[in-house]
Amino acid sequence: MSAPPAPTEPAAAEPLDSGELAINLPLVHSILTGFIRNETGRVGFSRVVLGLSGGVDSALVAALAVHALGAEKVTGVSMPYRLSNPQSLQDATLVAQRLGMAQEVVDITPQIDAYFERFSDAGDARRGNKMARERMTILYDVSARDNALVLGTSNKTELLLGYGTIFGDMASALNPIGDLYKSQVWQLAAHVDLPAEVVGKAPSADLWQGQSDEQELGFAYAQVDRLLYHAFDRRMSRAELAEQGHDDAFVDSVLRRVRVNQYKRRPPIIAKLSTRTIDRDFRYPRDWGV
Amino acid sequence: MEANLRLHQDLAEQAAGEGATLCVFPELSLTGYLLKDLVPEVSMTLEDPRLQPLLDLSRRIDLVVGMVVRSDDFRHYNAAVYLSGGEVRHVHRKIYLPTYGMFDEQRYFAAGDRVRGFDAGGVATGILVCEDMWHLSSAYLLFVQGVSLIICPSVSPGRGVLADAERERGLGSADSWNDLCRTVAQFSVSYVAYCNRTGYEDGVYFGGGSGVFGPDGGAVAKAAGTEVKHGEALPQGDEVIYADIDVREVERQRQMTPLLRDEKVDFTLRELERVWDERTSGPY
Repeated sequence: MSAPPAPTEPAAAEPLDSGELAINLPLVHSILTGFIRNETGRVGFSRVVLGLSGGVDSALVAALAVHALGAEKVTGVSMPYRLSNPQSLQDATLVAQRLGMAQEVVDITPQIDAYFERFSDAGDARRGNKMARERMTILYDVSARDNALVLGTSNKTELLLGYGTIFGDMASALNPIGDLYKSQVWQLAAHVDLPAEVVGKAPSADLWQGQSDEQELGFAYAQVDRLLYHAFDRRMSRAELAEQGHDDAFVDSVLRRVRVNQYKRRPPIIAKLSTRTIDRDFRYPRDWGV
Repeated sequence: MEANLRLHQDLAEQAAGEGATLCVFPELSLTGYLLKDLVPEVSMTLEDPRLQPLLDLSRRIDLVVGMVVRSDDFRHYNAAVYLSGGEVRHVHRKIYLPTYGMFDEQRYFAAGDRVRGFDAGGVATGILVCEDMWHLSSAYLLFVQGVSLIICPSVSPGRGVLADAERERGLGSADSWNDLCRTVAQFSVSYVAYCNRTGYEDGVYFGGGSGVFGPDGGAVAKAAGTEVKHGEALPQGDEVIYADIDVREVERQRQMTPLLRDEKVDFTLRELERVWDERTSGPY
């Protein structure tokens, strides 16, 4: 077996952040680019596709994919709705240009508006979920068209908080950044030389104009990441969390959020009948047969 | 498994071509690690004809191969097998099967129950598989049997990526292994040959970092990944590293540091018995 080529490393190591969530950036970059290369090649793919929103998560995944596979193997699909902030599309284009990868733009306004003409009473959440799932179907259509695997762009903070649409933006074949908190996504995004305006801007799901993640969630990512890290990575007790200065009510609401969204992180539950039920006592590696 | 078998043949041929007399492969090298319900399907007895090419090869170079060994009563062991001169010379069945965190080995494997030194081409040798090495008692048992070489095939998933400003080292798991092997080599005044796999399985990265440590704890040979410094690339493919195992070096080190000579096995045994009695003497 010949070894795949070593990943291209960014030239200089960055000074280490002193924060608790500071990651060894070249190391993480190396593991994640290797991950993309291995997990696509293993299943017979050489191309990937991802939704390129203009935000930092998808920009980072795009950069990792380009470093792993080469720009010609990566397609970003930007899928604005008429109420999306026009700056988002501009930022997505900027990212694609910086990385030298292909960008396609598919306006989802016609199909979204056609649908909600029939259900005009639908609120923001239904509309947002519908858009996320519309974008998912487009990515999987491009996947079939180009023989390209769909890369996920959900980070660990979103996954834990359930701040995503199940079978929408949470759907993918491979997710390179699902074990990185948002604060770590920012660190790595700065390290891989993405446009500063993309890395630096306020995060937004951009389901409607002016939406802000941190406003909608009601807390700053830095604050919740620190709590999630303490509660789950470090397994601190409630008493220890209080000692670390986390507000009690805040801890309550965040931990509750993580619990009630567990279903989004699991495959659909199957009623057990036989002695070998899929995912319960029928356990094979995902790589089975490849 | 056919592809893995060919890989073993190619790499062992390469090693033999360089004059090596022993070639060590990682834990479960013939089958891969994250097997789950595939364990019984890839399991084989030591008489399985599929081992014949490796047995043939062992006439030219001794081999340590990782595989699932099936017993006659249908238990499946995570085992490292020593092949030499066309025969199976030794089998170590992994004793400590990690079943915590991301590991689930006890669900699938039977546990071994012995740690035995054996003669490997004139070198008193013992094998510990991965987690075995983390239990002080395993290395201790080989130490008091007087082995000069401890072989440790492993499949250590790479994890721990937080920045460490003080040490400026890399993957947490690779650092730990490096420290552990050094320490075991020093405590046992013997060589430690650690062989860890690289590559990915089901999205899990394996960090390589194989190395051979001398009886003074110093590294005799190191593969990429042993200490990944800030800014260095990680190992992604196969690498063969070479080291001389010199029993005279063990002899010299044991003159200078006579830990084995001074070891009080009877005292350890008595104290262990006392501790065991105390632990098991309660009313419940």
